[in-house]
Amino acid sequence: MAIHTRRSEDGRTLIISIDGRFDFSSHQSFRDAYEHDDQDVSDYVIDMSETTYLDSSALGMLLLLRDYAGGDAGRVRIENCNSDVRRILSISNFEQLFSIK
Amino acid sequence: MDEVQTDAQALRILIADDSESDRLILSTMVRRQGHDVMTAADGIEAVEGFRRFQPQIVLLDVMMPRMDGMDAARHIKALAGESLVPVIFLTSLSDADALARCLEAGGDDFLSKPYNRIIIEAKINAFNRMRVMHRTLSQQRDVIRAHNQRLVNEQNIAKRVFDNVAHTGCLDAPNIRYHASPMSVFNGDILYACPRPSGGMNILIGDFTGHGLPAAIGAMPVAEIFYGMTSKGFLSGDILREINQKLWRIMPKDMFCCAAFIELDFHLGNLSIWNGGLPCGFLLRRGATVERLTSAHLPLGVVAAERFSVDVARYKVEEGDTVLFATDGVPEAMNAEGEMFGETRLEAAVAGTPDDQSVLDAVLRAVARFTGAEEYSDDLTLLTVDVVPPADVEELPLRVTQSALSGPATWSCEYEVTGETLAQFNPLPLLLHICMEVPGLRRRGGEVYTVLAELYTNALEHGVLGLPSVWKNSPEGFGQYYAERERRLRTVGDHAVLFRLEHKTGRKGGELRVVCRDSGVGFNYTEQTQRTVPEAGYAGRGLALLRQLCDSLTHHGTGNEVEAVYRWTFDPDESEQHTG
Repeated sequence: MAIHTRRSEDGRTLIISIDGRFDFSSHQSFRDAYEHDDQDVSDYVIDMSETTYLDSSALGMLLLLRDYAGGDAGRVRIENCNSDVRRILSISNFEQLFSIK
Repeated sequence: MDEVQTDAQALRILIADDSESDRLILSTMVRRQGHDVMTAADGIEAVEGFRRFQPQIVLLDVMMPRMDGMDAARHIKALAGESLVPVIFLTSLSDADALARCLEAGGDDFLSKPYNRIIIEAKINAFNRMRVMHRTLSQQRDVIRAHNQRLVNEQNIAKRVFDNVAHTGCLDAPNIRYHASPMSVFNGDILYACPRPSGGMNILIGDFTGHGLPAAIGAMPVAEIFYGMTSKGFLSGDILREINQKLWRIMPKDMFCCAAFIELDFHLGNLSIWNGGLPCGFLLRRGATVERLTSAHLPLGVVAAERFSVDVARYKVEEGDTVLFATDGVPEAMNAEGEMFGETRLEAAVAGTPDDQSVLDAVLRAVARFTGAEEYSDDLTLLTVDVVPPADVEELPLRVTQSALSGPATWSCEYEVTGETLAQFNPLPLLLHICMEVPGLRRRGGEVYTVLAELYTNALEHGVLGLPSVWKNSPEGFGQYYAERERRLRTVGDHAVLFRLEHKTGRKGGELRVVCRDSGVGFNYTEQTQRTVPEAGYAGRGLALLRQLCDSLTHHGTGNEVEAVYRWTFDPDESEQHTG
């Protein structure tokens, strides 16, 4: 598991990529990826193109990010999910909370 | 426990050698290096000296009278027990076999005669470092062991408290089968079942994020709310809303509970399912068709009340149908190659079960075959509920003794629900609560609830909303019926449903008279009343049930008013032990 972050060109979007299994062991590094005092970031993208699996604590971490990003007003997109990851997200009906592509 | 020794500090060192001159040479050298030395002239003295002096390092000559160095080493190592006391043999032997035997006897190293001061100092220091490291590790291991022991004790205590709050309810009912680990609450799994006052049952199966005490703590209020509200007659929607609200308020943002709520009414053959985040459940119809009960909602505790949806999926069920739910431990059970069991295999196992076999066993077998493990993983909870005739799961009617004469005997009240409140509020728990103040009725809570519930459902759905019960004759119409019910409730206008309750107690028992009047146009009740047994199809069951339970049931006015009389009697044979 590895987590990388990068910024969009205008610096407004923080893109967090997660490689491998996204589970409890990622807790700290996932938080470190977005918890900073940068006021410029308005949007968050979780890039799951290299994510193989997520467990329920990963769902919890996504909820923490959503809360950090402003709750219902926050803008968090989840992108490039494989079918397993997509299935886990949709069992929990996370489409209602995140924009998932 | 001795103080920590570093290289610079004095150690207690025992030197055993039968040669007085060798002993003197060595002990002088070691003393000069700053250590405390005790000497012994043979093995027996050495063992005795070890007992009294508690040395940290022992230097032993191999050949000694009375007891040789090897025997002494064995005794000393046995006395030292778990603590590491390095034993270094003093020898002029160079034969490899003899040296090996020294080590087999428990020796840690050799010092060759004649002695070299620098080598002796280096070896003592090296073994002291090893000794200190060994002691540090042992202490840490003891601390971890003590912590773990305390954790296990605490979990056992917590489990006892938890079992009192989150008891298994009616999970032992003959129509329920389940597999759950006894400590499953610490894996985050929950499984509760509770009889409803109207005779059916509610079941909650779920899975908290996380493990250990945090998950168990979250499960406590869930159990309290589930059991409390179910037995007071609340419906799934109210109970789920309450649980969601509670978890949302008390749990950290990243903790929630994936769950499925199963509400079963055996009298009417109604099944309601709410699935928020659990793997797809299954409804097995007798005759082997399988319907999927997929998750349609966010898990409990994720969103605030305004966004939380309690829409249930409704199904008509009949005897022989079975509902199956599993927590994600089942689809996520892994084989040696790291592959997961998955929902496809789960569905295949469910669908492939012959009618005469237990689907629970079939699924457990399939999981075990797939994983190759002899024991099921701890965090796997699996449940099946069979639809059975109501009599199979209901307690025998409890009889009432004369002592039931206490409590309110003669009273009446009127309660009217109007306008939008009809869409938002279920008056049944409140009305049941009033009736349950009468001890004679308390034992018959289920029947009283059923009477109130049937009267209310008829008044609301047919009287106020004008829903034709004939729709419920087909599976498609059944869904349409409830969809239309939701739609019409949203624009219910200034309609009203009124209850008038009247109770009086006599010498032999009591009588509860319930009048239920709705603001609808009524119906031609002379036709309906001819039918006492429901015909094939779903409609009319409610009225038939009311007629069975009540001593009389009469319609008034245009059919928008129903009067039900429910009588109860004392049982003279009943002994006191049944009062409560």
